Amino acid sequence: MKIIVLAKQVPDTNEVTIDPVTGTLIREGVPSILNPDDANALEEALALKDQNPGTTVSIISMGPPQATYMLRECLSMGADDAYLLSSRAFAGADTAATSTTLAAGVKKIGDYDLIFAGRQAIDGDTAQVGPQTAQRLGIPSVSYVQKIREVKDKTIVVERALEDGFEVIEVQKPCVLTAIKELNMPRYMTVKQIEDAYAKEISVWDEKDLNVSPDKVGLGASPTQVAKSFTPPPKGAGEMLSGTVPEMAATLVAKLNEKHVL
Amino acid sequence: MIFSEKHDLMRKLARDFAENELTNEILDAVDEGAEYPKEILNKMGKAGFFGIKTPVEYGGQGSDTVSYVIVVEEIARVSGVSAVWVSSPNSLGGGPLMLAGTEAQLQKYLKPVALGDKIPSFALTEPGAGSDAGGTVTTAVKDGDYYILNGRKTFITAAPVCDFSIVYAKTDLSEKARGRSRGISAFIVDMNLPGVSCGKAEHKMGLIGCPTSDIILEDVRVHKDDLLGEENRGFQNAMKTLDIGRIGVAATSIGVAQGAFDEAVKYAKERKQFGQRLANFQAISFMIAEMATKLQAAKELTYRAAQLKDMNSPEAGTAASMAKYYAAEVCNEICAKAVQIHGGYGYIREYKVERMYRDCRVFTIFEGTSQVQQMVIAGNIIGK
Repeated sequence: MKIIVLAKQVPDTNEVTIDPVTGTLIREGVPSILNPDDANALEEALALKDQNPGTTVSIISMGPPQATYMLRECLSMGADDAYLLSSRAFAGADTAATSTTLAAGVKKIGDYDLIFAGRQAIDGDTAQVGPQTAQRLGIPSVSYVQKIREVKDKTIVVERALEDGFEVIEVQKPCVLTAIKELNMPRYMTVKQIEDAYAKEISVWDEKDLNVSPDKVGLGASPTQVAKSFTPPPKGAGEMLSGTVPEMAATLVAKLNEKHVL
Repeated sequence: MIFSEKHDLMRKLARDFAENELTNEILDAVDEGAEYPKEILNKMGKAGFFGIKTPVEYGGQGSDTVSYVIVVEEIARVSGVSAVWVSSPNSLGGGPLMLAGTEAQLQKYLKPVALGDKIPSFALTEPGAGSDAGGTVTTAVKDGDYYILNGRKTFITAAPVCDFSIVYAKTDLSEKARGRSRGISAFIVDMNLPGVSCGKAEHKMGLIGCPTSDIILEDVRVHKDDLLGEENRGFQNAMKTLDIGRIGVAATSIGVAQGAFDEAVKYAKERKQFGQRLANFQAISFMIAEMATKLQAAKELTYRAAQLKDMNSPEAGTAASMAKYYAAEVCNEICAKAVQIHGGYGYIREYKVERMYRDCRVFTIFEGTSQVQQMVIAGNIIGK
């Protein structure tokens, strides 16, 4: 089986602050990490590799040259090879242009049985790139995968998380599956795999390598317009009610009436 | 030192491991006397922590001393005793084998250590031979294909739980070798051999969770295939092992010191007295400045020693002694100050610095006291 995992290097949003004047992220000095959902995507691919000898796992990412660090982390967890799509032409891409680029990269890697992606990246939270890439490749996708039930010859059976449960979906291969954190617990790297990761070459491809026209990628091919970004005002402290249940219920109703909620 | 990306990833691996696996709950239970969890040892083995420098053909990871230092440091930052579990198979356990083992010995003993399947120990110290290892009185008398070992080793880390021990014993019993470092040989002693037993585990001040005891040898028949290195060349093997092993103690020291330092800074920023946080008082902030500076100096010495070792530099031995000497002393200073900054709470077990203060006390003592390091450093400068 041949598996491709889409991964993104993101700023560690636990350490990011927002510039109150411009409303943009202050990225200076913030460590870049493997997007957490993508780690779950990779783990699932590696688990399938453990269970199915002969399986290979390739990682592909679009990003600046320093994203090779994140790719080497993926190799250190056990991925076989890594590809970075990197070029000035790709810069400023929204999800539409990103998925065009990633789909071109996937096509260049060639035949594959499964593509995993994280549900969403913590810097954008759009959850669009996985399904969009599937659309560009003309293959089905299942998002919010919480469990893989069975890999069959031509299909794969997965559980898709819903707000109040899950649905079981059998989907044709090849397909894109987007992983949520409930899917698994990503493994640790190992010392030896880190050593090996630095002995491997990472292929870096630009628009010429992908044979895509520069006007189909990057900022120019991105319909998304960000009108304004801002930090929502803090909600303020909540109020805890006390007393017996009937007393608390009465107070709650009174307060809700007061705020014209009821 | 500016680290390479590779070494940054090693740090990330060890830090993630320490922060996820070494929970307060587990560490408190271990400190109160629970057995160190096998599960964690298994996970350490899987991550490759027991054979960091060991060649790949012997089950190891084929990495370098700098990686070893980083891993031990990050584990020690969260748990001193866990760092002992990581460092000992890499240094005192695996070291003598890597220095002198035959191909058969490396396959039989080093490989399972690197894979985490066997636990080694290093048995040099005796009741009457501590810093002065030349005073070894354990004997090994040749009898056909065997050596018959008799004696008592003391303060042996992991003795009660180890599978085999590297035991140093006198093979030259002549008058001219008595009380001197010559005529000592190294043996690999399977702990299941008849005549091998352990004393009761010592009640230690710190590093609780990795048992230390005596090893008693009574007419133990060790096959000549388990003689490690040449006969009568064991002392050199032990000294070379310790030369390298010292980097491990230095790494443990900077890790524990970093852990104590982090706790002290956090507390100084949170705790309020006289209407302001402790960190606002110059007396406290200057203490923190001094701790940070000395810690950084200790780190640089330790990383340098590791780098020199990786370069096979002739200065590596002196550098390791300097790193061990300084890092262990500074770790004790930093942990003492961290307790001081915590005031009464620092004396209470609920606060992490109490354990760190106990754990670090032995760092200036084991694997060559600070005074032995000074002897080594001075000897290398002045000559003997």
